[in-house]
Amino acid sequence: MKKYDKLQKNALGRIVPGEVNGQKVYPYMGIGKHRPSGRKYATPIVSSADFPADGNKLIPNLKEALIKSGLKDGMTISTHHHFRNGDLVADQIFDIAKEMGIKNLVWFPSASFECHSTLIKYLEDGTIHHIEGSMNGALGRFTTEGKMAGIGVLRSHGGRYQAIQDGEVHIDIAVIAAPTADPFGNATGDRGPAACGLLGFALGDSQYADKVIIVTDNLIPFPCIPWQIQGNYVDYVVQLEKIGIPEKIVSGTTEITKSPDRLLLAEWTAQFCDEAGIIKDGFSFQAGAGGTALSIGIYFAEILKARGMKSRWARGGSNKYLVKMLEDGLLEYILDGQTFDLEGVRSMRENEGHVNTSPFTSYNYHGKGNFASMVDVVILGATEVDVNFNANVVSHSDGYLLHGIGGWQNCLFAKCTILPVPLFRDRIPIIVDEVTTICGPGELIDVIVTERGIAINPRRKDLIELMKDSKLPIKTIEELKEEAERICGKPEKPKLTDEIVAIIKWVDGTVIDAVRKIEK
Amino acid sequence: MEFSSENIALSGNKGKGIRSDCFVSLEITKSGGLEIEIQSKVNVFYGNANRSLALHILQFFEIKNAKLLIEDTGAIESVLAARIEAAIKMLVNSDKSYLPAMLAANNYTTTKERNRFSRLYLPGNSPSLMLNAGIHQPNGIILDLEDAVAVDKKFEARFLVRNALRAIDFYGAERMVRINQIPKGIEDLDYIVPHNVNLILVPKCEETGQILVLNNRINELKKLHNISNEIWLMPIIESAKGVMNAYQIALSASNIVSMAIGLEDYTADLGCRRTNEATESFFARSVVVNACRAAGIQPIDSVFSDIADMDALKENVLKSKVLGFDGMGCIHPRQIKVIHEYFSPDIAEIEKAKKIVLAFDDATAKGLGVVSLGTKMIDPPVVKRAIKTIDLAINMGKLAKDWRMEA
Repeated sequence: MKKYDKLQKNALGRIVPGEVNGQKVYPYMGIGKHRPSGRKYATPIVSSADFPADGNKLIPNLKEALIKSGLKDGMTISTHHHFRNGDLVADQIFDIAKEMGIKNLVWFPSASFECHSTLIKYLEDGTIHHIEGSMNGALGRFTTEGKMAGIGVLRSHGGRYQAIQDGEVHIDIAVIAAPTADPFGNATGDRGPAACGLLGFALGDSQYADKVIIVTDNLIPFPCIPWQIQGNYVDYVVQLEKIGIPEKIVSGTTEITKSPDRLLLAEWTAQFCDEAGIIKDGFSFQAGAGGTALSIGIYFAEILKARGMKSRWARGGSNKYLVKMLEDGLLEYILDGQTFDLEGVRSMRENEGHVNTSPFTSYNYHGKGNFASMVDVVILGATEVDVNFNANVVSHSDGYLLHGIGGWQNCLFAKCTILPVPLFRDRIPIIVDEVTTICGPGELIDVIVTERGIAINPRRKDLIELMKDSKLPIKTIEELKEEAERICGKPEKPKLTDEIVAIIKWVDGTVIDAVRKIEK
Repeated sequence: MEFSSENIALSGNKGKGIRSDCFVSLEITKSGGLEIEIQSKVNVFYGNANRSLALHILQFFEIKNAKLLIEDTGAIESVLAARIEAAIKMLVNSDKSYLPAMLAANNYTTTKERNRFSRLYLPGNSPSLMLNAGIHQPNGIILDLEDAVAVDKKFEARFLVRNALRAIDFYGAERMVRINQIPKGIEDLDYIVPHNVNLILVPKCEETGQILVLNNRINELKKLHNISNEIWLMPIIESAKGVMNAYQIALSASNIVSMAIGLEDYTADLGCRRTNEATESFFARSVVVNACRAAGIQPIDSVFSDIADMDALKENVLKSKVLGFDGMGCIHPRQIKVIHEYFSPDIAEIEKAKKIVLAFDDATAKGLGVVSLGTKMIDPPVVKRAIKTIDLAINMGKLAKDWRMEA
């Protein structure tokens, strides 16, 4: 089997494969252009006759549960990333697979973190064939250097749900780490020693995997209330000593930035939203997890408070700042996709207005609508933006794949998408002629805020008109690019080969771009 | 890179937390040609450009054989050049200077009366803080060669400050340099006067003689480099003696546009502790304000050092304004906004000033010599202050230029 085949040009002019890891894939055709027909994927019919009538699905250990699930060569194993850098489960699964001599597994996490670099040894020895999810840090370097046996497939959170639901990815075994669960398999993330808030990223896995294993370090008697994951989907429950490291699950990285340059970006972004009439009574917003994005929420709160207004809803990543807005009455609902700190977890338990959501409700493009496109303004990051407003979030200018897509692509459908980014980082310009990897098409990206000026996408004539008398430094994206090059010098292009090592899926399952191998 | 002798020149910074800088090790050898090694995470983008720059500088100083190691963390060209030149000049005597191009945008001059609410201190040997300083729009930036630079880094900092004056855009901020204490600070002038410094801060100024020596050298350099625009001075009073001589100092030269007080050194000189209430410096601050007003220049307050506490900064600014100061120093960009906000006129002051100015307009139109507001007569100095308040409010964007139309 060739790693990839049938190279072709997609609608953005990027050369992408039409076949990856032996599977047909479609090139990106434009926004809303790819309309697959047919029916969604469904799991086989099962009978309660095959499950214990007393509801006790406990299995003594993970290995036995995996064996009972029929673990064998070539299977796709899924995990979720609600434990972020504190996950202790993925490692254990592949340790067992290695011990059993299983080969060529596909790991299908909802995201990977630096803690998963331990899996490189299994990618090297053939236990894992390739990853479909995200390849962060060391895993990203490993992939970009062409060392993975298969082609990496990166999807957004919504794209992952879409792929599962449409049957593009068939999950053989889903292992769902649950901070609290009962023997029937009902599970929740909002309590227990490894509390992480919610388990929304595992929803699709529970619904569509052939076999579902819940692992928990906090087993309680039936019923586990609330049941974020329904036990009726679950085959086996395993009790482990420890499934996650709490302080790494809710990390301290979600603090507002102290950097004056980033605070300026946040301040200008908030001011832009205000002047453009976006901040009004009942508006909705979403800000990412980075320090700059968090600070924007604080400026929003100040503006709302000063005017006696409130926001109707905000999409999380929740954190203590969003919770404070909720509890101060500046915000009515947090529709939360993942909780970033303990305050978020507490609020989810205590506040009626703090609601847990999933990639299905928030992001799935092959659904009857989703929340992301209803948001008035979304604030996101990027590693690079080009003069056509195309943006990159997965790789850096040196060609290395280092980050996942997260919900980024899905969020681009908001009514206004703003990317606050520094003009350059340590002499590396962020605004460039052409991004290394296109993750989001420019037609969905409205405003770029840098510390040296704000560029509005020429397609947004309405915003340009609204801001024409603004005191904010409105410039063209070309002016920003030139200023970056004047300060930093014009960088040389890194030497990339033609060989593809990973593909980037768009929200509808088409291939928007490919990541090339780096010449070491 | 292996160096063969102990006689190696080192310049720049490296280590944890250092960014946008480089650390240069240079050995002049007897043979073997020019050997250059660059370790950098941006080599893929700028490796070739950096190598040819390094080569060019070595050749410019006619160095034929050398080993040069550059450990780079994303330094821009002018920083790299400053580090290499400093290392070369630690080993070789040369009258030549390797100057980066002067940015056209950096050729502006400043006026005596301009606003000096805020001036942001930038340590003279820390390039990462210089690059984005201007975007925070302080009234002035200070490239500091004095207290913010370690004694063993003073030499190399001069090259960095010189190159920053030429190649970094501070976006309209008044370009200031704090030189070292006179007489040592006189040597700093060669590196700043020819490169369009707008204002020089004179630290620990105690007597008029220091200003005289300074201006003599400035004028020599101006003549030598054919510079006609004024270079302003801001003496800093930082000792008991300085306070006693403040008025004479303020009057000692026509290019003195303002005078600042430095309270850390002053309280040390008095032998007392610097407190938040600042009762210990009330006298000195009042003397400086008085001296400045008497001499027709701007009195500027000391920095506020708790960069995390914006509420305390606000209180400090309001106290400072009540004492009569026109501005203060900043050590963090986030302080700028607070300083501008509270040194500039507040809404009540602006409203009052508007009424007074309108009453004055009215009286002038009617040919009346006396301005009155309601039943109260308004004295001319009050009118003058109101006009100043209005001008300032317009300047700070707190009042529309055509406010009379709205009124």
